Amino acid sequence: MPTRNDMLLLTGFVAVVLAAPFLFEPIGAGYPDLLQKFAIFGIFAIGFNILFGLTGYLSFGHAAFLGVGSYTAVWTFKLLSMNPLPAIVLATLFGGLFAALIGFISLRRTGIYFSILTLAFAQMSYNLAYSVLTPITNGETGLQLSQGDPRVLDIAFGRDYGAVLPSSDLFGLEMTGYPGFYFCGAMLIVCFYIALRIFRSPFGMMLRAVKSNQNRMNYTGLNTRPYALTAFIISGMYAGLAGGLLAVTDPLAGAERMQWTASGEVVLMTILGGSGTLLGPVIGAAVIKYFENIFSAFNKSMLGDIFSFLPESLQSGAVSVASLFVGEGWHLTLGAMFVLIVIFLPGGLMEGIRRIGALARRKKPGGGASASTPAE
Amino acid sequence: MDAIFLQILNGLDKGGAYALIALGLTIIFGTLGVVNFAHGALFMLGAFCAVSIKALFSMNKVALDPTQMTAWGTPMEIRTPYIIDWFGDFGATLLDYSVPVSILIAIPVMLLLGVIMERGLIRHFYKRPHADQILVTFGLAIVLQELVKSQFGANPIPQPAPEAAQGMIDFGLAIGFDAGNVVYPAWRLIYFLFSLAIIGIVFAFLQFTTFGMVVRAGMADRETVGLLGIDIDRRFTIVFGMAAVVAGLAGAMYTPILSPDYHMGMDFLVLSFVVVVVGGMGSLGGAVAAGFLLGILQSFASMNEVKNIFPGIDQIIIYLIAVVILLVRPRGLMGRKGVMEG
Repeated sequence: MPTRNDMLLLTGFVAVVLAAPFLFEPIGAGYPDLLQKFAIFGIFAIGFNILFGLTGYLSFGHAAFLGVGSYTAVWTFKLLSMNPLPAIVLATLFGGLFAALIGFISLRRTGIYFSILTLAFAQMSYNLAYSVLTPITNGETGLQLSQGDPRVLDIAFGRDYGAVLPSSDLFGLEMTGYPGFYFCGAMLIVCFYIALRIFRSPFGMMLRAVKSNQNRMNYTGLNTRPYALTAFIISGMYAGLAGGLLAVTDPLAGAERMQWTASGEVVLMTILGGSGTLLGPVIGAAVIKYFENIFSAFNKSMLGDIFSFLPESLQSGAVSVASLFVGEGWHLTLGAMFVLIVIFLPGGLMEGIRRIGALARRKKPGGGASASTPAE
Repeated sequence: MDAIFLQILNGLDKGGAYALIALGLTIIFGTLGVVNFAHGALFMLGAFCAVSIKALFSMNKVALDPTQMTAWGTPMEIRTPYIIDWFGDFGATLLDYSVPVSILIAIPVMLLLGVIMERGLIRHFYKRPHADQILVTFGLAIVLQELVKSQFGANPIPQPAPEAAQGMIDFGLAIGFDAGNVVYPAWRLIYFLFSLAIIGIVFAFLQFTTFGMVVRAGMADRETVGLLGIDIDRRFTIVFGMAAVVAGLAGAMYTPILSPDYHMGMDFLVLSFVVVVVGGMGSLGGAVAAGFLLGILQSFASMNEVKNIFPGIDQIIIYLIAVVILLVRPRGLMGRKGVMEG
């Protein structure tokens, strides 16, 4: 059974997700398209964190599973039904299967070799999706729905979408706008709960042991590889689910989702939030998606307004410097953030919050100020 | 037979680029113990050194010529690059040879960049886990790449080879095939020879100088070298600069073969990592051999005869080989015992 603290955490999490449209309204993020992204990439990052945060295996190819999930979901829409449930179930399944295949090979090595192997596999999948697998992936155009799709299950249940391109719907509830967000939000809550249970389970403890000293685990006569592989598959399933949800909210799958930049992004989300923490990845994902949304919308005239308080000569300079970082240049901000976070805050935002908390506690009069810190 | 020979030739120039990048990666990894994900960005920066030099050389002086009229009735603008205006024929030659000339500029620029990178960022990461090193250099690579993109735009910028090297060499004639069977662009051959020369210089430097000896000793056992009272850190800064120069030169000279754009570095980096892994982490000879080997294999895989049997094999051959090698010979082709084990 979860402890009282965990129940509180979970309740708080559920409350925040459910009230998200109101909570994020003041900062201009209270609309479903963006909230959906928070939820979907939150799931992706939680899954990545189960692998990286717990076992310490740094995978650079997780976007491949996201891509596989998306392709699976779109194919399910085409062949079976526009209902999102079969799509996400199959997406999760295929994400997991693909992860089992890649993990089985990659996990034979550790450390940097593992990172390079996963990176190589992801690049390989990306290249294949663009070239040979074009009949399945539709190459550069991306996989799309069409009116002529068979949709066997829909027809069997007598649902006919007529001559329009259907969007996915859960028994008549269209997956756009707020219903779409709440569907993703519900998935996020489920995923968060599962991650919580994994973190608190003996299995999670075993994964942490793999991170802290794998050799020692092996010397005690325990084979660590099945544990690492299970963690890899679970995180692959999370990624597959996230990919599936991306397709549910927008039934289009392209190979660029599998590129190494996408893999790097999920690493950054996890690191930014705080790897190895429960909430961190979700926060990291939300922060990055939020700033991506804000920054990439900026343009020169908006910057000019912002810096209008400066004298004329300084203004143009400030605008031209700042315009490097916004709009098209959003990736520059991302990269700089990456470097700064790794240098100054390796524990991520969660670590920052903890430090501020500790600082506040120490400042309390007569509080912890006199308490000596125990020797490490 | 001549087709096979042609494919081997085709693989050599690409293999040369892989080998040069992988050589730098291996040196950095062997000495500093740092996995440098920004090494591809250094390759790309080198390429953009060549682009900048070309742009600098072809800056135009605009003069109005009242004797000639355009179709709109305005005086014709005569554009002459300043460099030709100033130096005449010599200037024209410089402009023509902008790519080879640019390596003279690329050497100090890349050395400086490498030293700044090492002093400013990488050295603080020696003691941190490999994951942190990967992440910080990865972030740095994104930053460099985006800066180049904002400066030069997202489109590839073609760089011509010098006119004398633009032709083809009928290589087949020299070794007894019929004429016209093995024709090969001259610049690629130059690139191959250039990469061999650089590799030779690096090896000679490490083998025959005292500095190189210390570096090799540091690669074998860093701690003991430090205990002997040698300031290994200062030397390693220079080593990093050297690796940056090698990557930069590889990039600058590669521009006529592949028009540089801002993400060329990452494309090459992933492949070069694979090359390092196949060659064996920490083995310089392995990196070079694997670079050429994979370059040649890749060009074989892109033959139509092979593609008909295994469609798409040219896209994935390198990764496939890496996977097989890592599973069969985990240490790589020439990996040393005790380097990155476990």
